[in-house]
Amino acid sequence: MSNFPFLSVLTVAPLVGALVVAFLPRHRPELAKQVAFAWSLLVLVLSVVMWVSFNAGGDRFQFRESYSWIPNWGVSFTFAADGIALVMLMLIAVLVPLVILASWHDAESSKRSVPVYFALLLVLECTMIGVFAAADVFLFYVFFEVMLVPMYFLIGSYGGHQRQYAAVKFFLYSLVGGLFMLAAVIGLWVVGGKTFDWQALSQVDISTGTERWLFLGFFLAFAIKAPFFPFHTWLPDAGGAAPAGAAALLVGVLDKVGTFGILRYCLPLFPEASKWFAPWALALGVIGIVYAALLAVGQNDLKRLVSYTSIAHFGFIGVGIFAFTTQAGTGAVLYMLNHGLATGLLFLVVGMLISRRGSALISDFGGAGKLVPVLAGVLFFAGLASLALPGTAPFISEFLVLIGTFTVNKPVAVIATLGIILAAAYVLWMVQRTTQGTLNPALTEVDGMRRDLNLREKVVVAPLIALIVLLGFYPKPVTDVINPAVQATMDDIGRTDPAPSVGTVQEAHR
Amino acid sequence: MEETVQYAGATGLLGSVWLLVAIPLVSAAILLLLGRRADRWGHWLGVAAIGAAFVLGLTFFFQLRGLENKSVELSLWDFIAVGDLRVDFGLLFDPLAAVFVLLITGVGFLIHLYAVEYMAHDEGRRRFFAYFNLFVAAMLLLVLGNNYVMLYFGWEGVGLASYLLISFWYGRPSAATAGKKAFLMNRVGDTGLAIGIFIMFATLGTTQYDEVFNGVGSLTGTTVLVLGLLLLLGAAGKSGQFPLQAWLPDAMEGPTPVSALIHAATMVTAGVYLIARSNPVFSANSTLQLVVVSVGALTLLMGCIIGAAKDDIKRVLAWSTVSQIGYMFLGVGLGGGAYALAIIHLLAHGFFKANMFLGAGSVMHGMKDQVDIRRFGGLSKHMKITWLTFMMGWLAIIGLPPLSGYFSKEPIIASAFDREDWTAWLFGGAALLGAGLTAFYMTRLFVLTFHGPKRWTEDIEHPHESPKLMTIPLILLAAGSVVAGGLMAWNDGVASWLSPVLGEEAAGEAHGVLSHTVITILSLLVTVLGAGLAWFLFRTGTATAPQPAGVLVTAARRNLYADAVNEAVFEKPGIFLTRALVFLDNRGIDGLVNGLAAAVGGGSGRLRRMQTGFVRSYATSILAGVLLVMAAFLAVQAGWLA
Repeated sequence: MSNFPFLSVLTVAPLVGALVVAFLPRHRPELAKQVAFAWSLLVLVLSVVMWVSFNAGGDRFQFRESYSWIPNWGVSFTFAADGIALVMLMLIAVLVPLVILASWHDAESSKRSVPVYFALLLVLECTMIGVFAAADVFLFYVFFEVMLVPMYFLIGSYGGHQRQYAAVKFFLYSLVGGLFMLAAVIGLWVVGGKTFDWQALSQVDISTGTERWLFLGFFLAFAIKAPFFPFHTWLPDAGGAAPAGAAALLVGVLDKVGTFGILRYCLPLFPEASKWFAPWALALGVIGIVYAALLAVGQNDLKRLVSYTSIAHFGFIGVGIFAFTTQAGTGAVLYMLNHGLATGLLFLVVGMLISRRGSALISDFGGAGKLVPVLAGVLFFAGLASLALPGTAPFISEFLVLIGTFTVNKPVAVIATLGIILAAAYVLWMVQRTTQGTLNPALTEVDGMRRDLNLREKVVVAPLIALIVLLGFYPKPVTDVINPAVQATMDDIGRTDPAPSVGTVQEAHR
Repeated sequence: MEETVQYAGATGLLGSVWLLVAIPLVSAAILLLLGRRADRWGHWLGVAAIGAAFVLGLTFFFQLRGLENKSVELSLWDFIAVGDLRVDFGLLFDPLAAVFVLLITGVGFLIHLYAVEYMAHDEGRRRFFAYFNLFVAAMLLLVLGNNYVMLYFGWEGVGLASYLLISFWYGRPSAATAGKKAFLMNRVGDTGLAIGIFIMFATLGTTQYDEVFNGVGSLTGTTVLVLGLLLLLGAAGKSGQFPLQAWLPDAMEGPTPVSALIHAATMVTAGVYLIARSNPVFSANSTLQLVVVSVGALTLLMGCIIGAAKDDIKRVLAWSTVSQIGYMFLGVGLGGGAYALAIIHLLAHGFFKANMFLGAGSVMHGMKDQVDIRRFGGLSKHMKITWLTFMMGWLAIIGLPPLSGYFSKEPIIASAFDREDWTAWLFGGAALLGAGLTAFYMTRLFVLTFHGPKRWTEDIEHPHESPKLMTIPLILLAAGSVVAGGLMAWNDGVASWLSPVLGEEAAGEAHGVLSHTVITILSLLVTVLGAGLAWFLFRTGTATAPQPAGVLVTAARRNLYADAVNEAVFEKPGIFLTRALVFLDNRGIDGLVNGLAAAVGGGSGRLRRMQTGFVRSYATSILAGVLLVMAAFLAVQAGWLA
């Protein structure tokens, strides 16, 4: 089975599905939804087969395929996946069907075509898979930029309040980042012997000054995409305006391209520059953790609040990546997955709440737990996952990031640990203001608030809850896949874990 | 060289120790997932699960008694395995874990029974039992883990259950706020525990109990001190000790069985468990022990003083809990033989405090859920069983021989005097004073509730005794309050049972500043004085509303201004900071970017409109941002140099 061209098929399949869905008649919205959902399930099945075929102890890159594209420039359609990419591909395959199911009625309120909405979601899936599966720097860049298009239309055409502003802002920010990266990509091509092949480029020696500039080009693009402080201000607007499903994909997957890019491109291709810039990156990460958490506490809009929590979480991921230990690195990658599950769930359930109330403002809620107890319960669970409670998957990743960072840099780890208090504050205060306390009388007058979760919505949240709990108790299947890839990345930059400071005594006892 | 800690692998029946955690957890999951379908029988499932856990716990206890090496270790699966970090999902059943298992499931079972009736008219009874069993599962994991990460897992788990149960009546804003406060203050403590775990890994490369304990000797004094202080911070958060005591009295917003099980008998003693479990760490540094003793002594006095000024029956008991746990901290801080004394007091306290909390619940049940002891009085005639059982708890806590408290508290007072310098007078004096104050406020509580003239509100006509399902647990717990202390002290039974974990009591002459006989006489004397004074003052009742009072009483009524300090130092500046940052983020950083976009002619009229145009505010925010980044950068650099 490992000879099957998984990655190219996975990339193309959603695109074909999107074309089919887009050309379905506009007056048959139900059919469009069903086809889109079935198609995304097919992609999921194929991804599961790929996951099973992946040999965790085998080569760093597997499922490699290469097809010639523009031979004169050395550009090719090259796909390959390491453990990090595999995990992200799996996350996409799981999230997209759930998002489609959760967005069942979302497009109906807008005046735009319903089939096009679901076609856009599938196009987005195609580009997201492509960006993680690419092993050619140019191909990666193309997917990185094309990815913006479906998301731009999802926000700008189907979003809520201030959607045009948010969409343009999202687009401009990403475009600026992309330009930096384009310059760096071309620079890399020049110094790297006119090839875009990742594996060839990773063998090239680059002079210190050039390496730093190239690093900076990639890093800026990724720091905007992730986003890290102080490049974050587009996210609350985009996340706040996007339909809940699109927001779940935006924050759950799209933003991970930034952190993934740092791991795949910045660290292995520019190891010396990575080490040189690491203190700055750590500083940005740690500021992001505290700063964004404080801002999350102060929000009165549910989706903006969730967006800010994500920025804080990206701070953790950034710290984990630039601490350069296997625990922190594995924690960061695991964080990318877990954050996708937990924040994805949080966005979806918040979307369910908002669509019922017709408002995203926290002050328009109050005591909702009395009316919709199951929905309130799921919201609370998603909140617990977001504050990384043990028993939920994010605990493992946060713990790994912190303990791994502590072995090399204590102040950073200690400040970041204080972030867990703030996380409790923003989650619990949000929960208190929406679902607890005296019932806001206005809520009883809204029809939607009298309906608790229906079967479709339960089917959406159940798999995410199950995965979050399962990976919270038994993360090994995932860490086993991530570990070798992170270890290889650590080898690329030539860092090893520090030994326990008094470990010799310990050895004697063993 | 100190002896090394070694645990044996689990064999036979003891290989199923994991059932202790699994059974309550599964029952909680069933109750939550089935929802209303389980409303009719859910509470009985909850009770049965804890009953089964208790029977299993007893069986395992007797198995353990028969073992040569009094410990079994069980690794269930690889929990976290990355690089050199190896954390098992592993359990350890040893004498210390065993007594906690029996306390949690035994007292827990009685409180569960009581709650079936107490919560009978609450529409959320099934949810209540789901949370209750979730708590028991987490608490059992906390005491059964074989490494600090498992402990942390259970630690946060009980925090969650405690939050859910405090804010059980989430429709009340005060309950929701109290739950949040408890969770947040606990998380402050949790960061201490977490960083402590990081230190263990960074220095010793492990989080396993045995490996950490065997490695303590190789750590520098400073490392041990820092590690111990961080663990103490965690312990103080969970156990409501200074400076993290303020959440515990507010936790009384939860239903009364919650107060009895979680905020008196079990969860709040987790801090004592943590210190006792980590005794090789704490015993390794005398400064550290001094800090623990000081926290204990200070908190036990604070609890007494505030408890004496409160009029809410549950809050008096809550502050009494704070104070009694202070005694336990005093014990574990003193170290040596006092570790076991603290655990004995913890177990005895589990009985008599659960007894009194359930008694308070029984009183509330008969008095239309009122809690003001100024409006009680004369209830001894109407609620005979509640009165008698509460009396046993009262006599036990004030330390009247031969009830439980006498055997458990008096030895701690004696140990506090067992030092050679002036600190003997300081800590011994505090413990002795605390005994007198305890006698005073508990007598005040007892007399104002059950004796003296009726001061009931007009809507109360005939307070009724509670049904059997509530009184039977009361009677059993009262019996425990009477005999448990004596039984545990008999022939040093519990102390020698715990000695494989906590070490042998150092044999030899006591060389304290006072002889044991003198201390016993003194503590009985202050007890009688305190109780007598309270009886004299309150035998004829009291005013039905709080009266103007002096500085000390006013301060005590306001929890010695701890809440005011928290508000002034953390809450208000925190809220201000958040608001300032929200403003800054919208106007400053974002405004800057939007301004740039507009200035460059980014092509979007929409963006241009967002520009605020205040060049000064941009400049200020750039400066602030640069300073922030520089500061963080310096912190990072400092970390790498260290």
